[in-house]
Amino acid sequence: MKRFAGMSLALLLAAALLSVPAVTAAPKQFEGVTVNMLTFTGPQIAEPLQRRGPAFGKLTGAKINVVTVPFSDLYQKILTDMATGTNSFQAFVFAPQWMADYVTAGYLEDVTNRINADKALQWNDIAPFFRDFSATFGGRTYTIPLDGDFQMVYYRSDLLKQAGLKPPATWADYLKIAQTFHGKDLNGDGKPDFGSCIAKKRNAQSYWMVWSVAAGFLQAKGTSEGSFFDLDTFKPLTNNEAFAEALRVYVETGKYGPPDELNWDVGDSRGGFTSGRCALSIDWGDIGTLAIDPKTSKVQDKVGAVILPGTSRVLDRKSGTLVACSTTTCPFAVNGINHAPFAAFGGWSGGINKAAPAKVKDAAYAFLSYMSQPAQANKDVTIGITGFNPYRSSQFKNTALWTKAGMSQAAARNYLGAIQASLQSPNMVLDLRIPQNQRYQQVVLDTAIAKLLAKEINIQQAMKEIFDGWEAITNELGRDKQLAAYKASLGVKR
Amino acid sequence: MLKVRQRSGTGPAGPVPLRHRSRAGSWFESQTRSLFLLPAVLMLVFLSIFPLFVSLYLSLTRFQFVPGGFRLAFVGLANYRKLIVGIEREHFLGALAALSPAFWLVFSLVAIGLLVFVIRSLQMPTAAGRGVAGRMVFALVGGTVIWLLLRTLTPGGRPGSLFTTLIYVTGGIAVQYWLGLMLAYLASQELAGRRFFRVVFLLPMMITPVGIAYTFRILFDLGKGPFAPVWGALGLAEVSWVNYPWGARLAVMTGDIWQWTPFMFIVLLAALESVPTELLEAAMVDGASRWQMFWKVSWPHILPVTSTVVLIRLIEAFKIIDLPNVLTNGGPGTATESLTLHAFMAWRTLDIGGSAAVAYILLFVVTLSATSYISFIHRRVAEVV
Repeated sequence: MKRFAGMSLALLLAAALLSVPAVTAAPKQFEGVTVNMLTFTGPQIAEPLQRRGPAFGKLTGAKINVVTVPFSDLYQKILTDMATGTNSFQAFVFAPQWMADYVTAGYLEDVTNRINADKALQWNDIAPFFRDFSATFGGRTYTIPLDGDFQMVYYRSDLLKQAGLKPPATWADYLKIAQTFHGKDLNGDGKPDFGSCIAKKRNAQSYWMVWSVAAGFLQAKGTSEGSFFDLDTFKPLTNNEAFAEALRVYVETGKYGPPDELNWDVGDSRGGFTSGRCALSIDWGDIGTLAIDPKTSKVQDKVGAVILPGTSRVLDRKSGTLVACSTTTCPFAVNGINHAPFAAFGGWSGGINKAAPAKVKDAAYAFLSYMSQPAQANKDVTIGITGFNPYRSSQFKNTALWTKAGMSQAAARNYLGAIQASLQSPNMVLDLRIPQNQRYQQVVLDTAIAKLLAKEINIQQAMKEIFDGWEAITNELGRDKQLAAYKASLGVKR
Repeated sequence: MLKVRQRSGTGPAGPVPLRHRSRAGSWFESQTRSLFLLPAVLMLVFLSIFPLFVSLYLSLTRFQFVPGGFRLAFVGLANYRKLIVGIEREHFLGALAALSPAFWLVFSLVAIGLLVFVIRSLQMPTAAGRGVAGRMVFALVGGTVIWLLLRTLTPGGRPGSLFTTLIYVTGGIAVQYWLGLMLAYLASQELAGRRFFRVVFLLPMMITPVGIAYTFRILFDLGKGPFAPVWGALGLAEVSWVNYPWGARLAVMTGDIWQWTPFMFIVLLAALESVPTELLEAAMVDGASRWQMFWKVSWPHILPVTSTVVLIRLIEAFKIIDLPNVLTNGGPGTATESLTLHAFMAWRTLDIGGSAAVAYILLFVVTLSATSYISFIHRRVAEVV
């Protein structure tokens, strides 16, 4: 009996001891909640989500499952998942310019109220452009910015200094510098290197690159003028002297590029630049941070960034001809040169599937907010592999973030200065954000440019193909509706 | 009575008419047969016939997203018009070269040939309505295809995805067949190591097509691939085949040939080994050379197999997508896009109707090619042999 009493006591004690943690530890906020998040095949963008997912899980109990697909599949994968009611993904990290299709169909969760109640997010620290344009549609907020995107030109500061050249201010300068260094050994490996490396692969990023060249020729009178369509007729601005000149420049860059440049995407052009094989490149903010990575970069502290080069001749929309810059034709010109920095893509942003269960939506929002909060974001934007570029005011002001990451003071000032110059430009070019913009750009524009670069068609044929293709889409979707959406997208407060 | 009993038989309740039992039995038997066939028929209906009709309907619609879902707006033949005469014409059919005297000369000869073919078929004593109609359709479609081929493949023209596919099919199968036959002939000889090579020659067929595409992508990279030093020594390191449409098409075809020659090889090897030794020995006794033995005895003997294997590859080759997608991404421009890749790219950009229209035209092209092949080559080969 004594033995039985002793055993019972021991069992009771053991049970009491085992039950202590269950009684004392409070259940985590999102215990047992899984968020399936869709984004594009990394390593960029997916990397920080996958890296920070487990840390967020430890804090909240939520499981973040990041699923990736190739960039060219991402738009339709998101859309078909929601439109067919499959709803296998509860959150998405995508291009905010696609919002026009997702929001008007009622698929994305309105996060305005959540953001207003979220102090940790420090919403007002996010630069106004990304808050008011990238994250907003029709006055309501649908995404949380995780990245800030502007295209810039990168140059090898050491080479230009040695040659006594200045960074390119115009596209003519760009071609001249590219020609100067093309065929010379730029990284000391004894092999000839390239004057210019641009991602020109089809079904990748080429259609943004060509617009970075064209923007300065097409838009001169401020952001609200737009660079894609005529504001009265909604006719494409792609069949005129200015666009022809832009295409000529874009094609000519190929003379000073790698032989297989037509098969290069941004992964290749970034790798080419940071391995020291390229004197110039066009890219978002990524080369700046990739260049400081000691493991992969051969150009540490040898990189400069500058606002996209401009032009001294711009499009006269009435006649369709190129006219010289004057105070009337180019009111924002600097030294007679019209710069039009292109906010290509708009920066990767996170959105939530409206059809997801309430608890999962809460967890998805909490994770996106966590990713964007300064504690995480201010570190992630300094790491090249993340693909995230600065988008918060604190990231522009605090150069210590960048020097800590390995950039010199001068390089940090130069890099952030180029982004800020783009961000603050009154002639910034907004990316296309109208219904089915993906068809205009990723299908028609991209295919025509690919054919032009492959010499399948000439410049005149490419312009006609883009013009006809865009007109066909506009006629199908309704000219008035598209024009109204286009005007609304340009009427942004910045 | 006995007669009746014999016919009717007996049962527990007295005489049972045999005729009735037999009718019930045959009804039951036929129902059982139908019942056993039903799953297969249902599967065929759901997996083949139903999708066929749905995709036909899709090709006549435009896929549109609307609040809360999507709708299929009926647009009639607009998707087909877009491909044949609309903004997708150059992508699908290609760019047409200007009409030249040389073109007219060649095309006139072709047209005369086709006209003679139709007239002769009308004069045939066995000419039946369906056969004549089939020949006329063949002549009409053949004439149109040759018209387009001549105009897209001559200077100033450019083939679209339809003719690029035809180039892959005809060029690829011709090389695969002769290469496969050559290897099969060698492997059928009493040579050292032939067992080893039989296995080795089969390996490419067992590798995933995407793997093959990546392998060839590396091999064709003149600046970085394993042959980079060779290309460098030849001064070709800074040349890229992806910049040249025909270079890229050749690269795709090379990968396809490497992958599918083993299929030809294995089938033709089996056929060659089935040639009766008596025939070969008789030829040898008659003093035939090795070449004569192959050309006059072995090859005619394997012709039916040849014809069948080419037919199988013909149908399969039209569906090429993995190699151009991974190897060249359809580029440079749209130079290496096959019909299936064209349809896939349209689908990927949510042009579901356009994608279905391309797929339906592909179905028509494959069916026409296969039936023409069967009528004009396969049956004749079978008759001759």
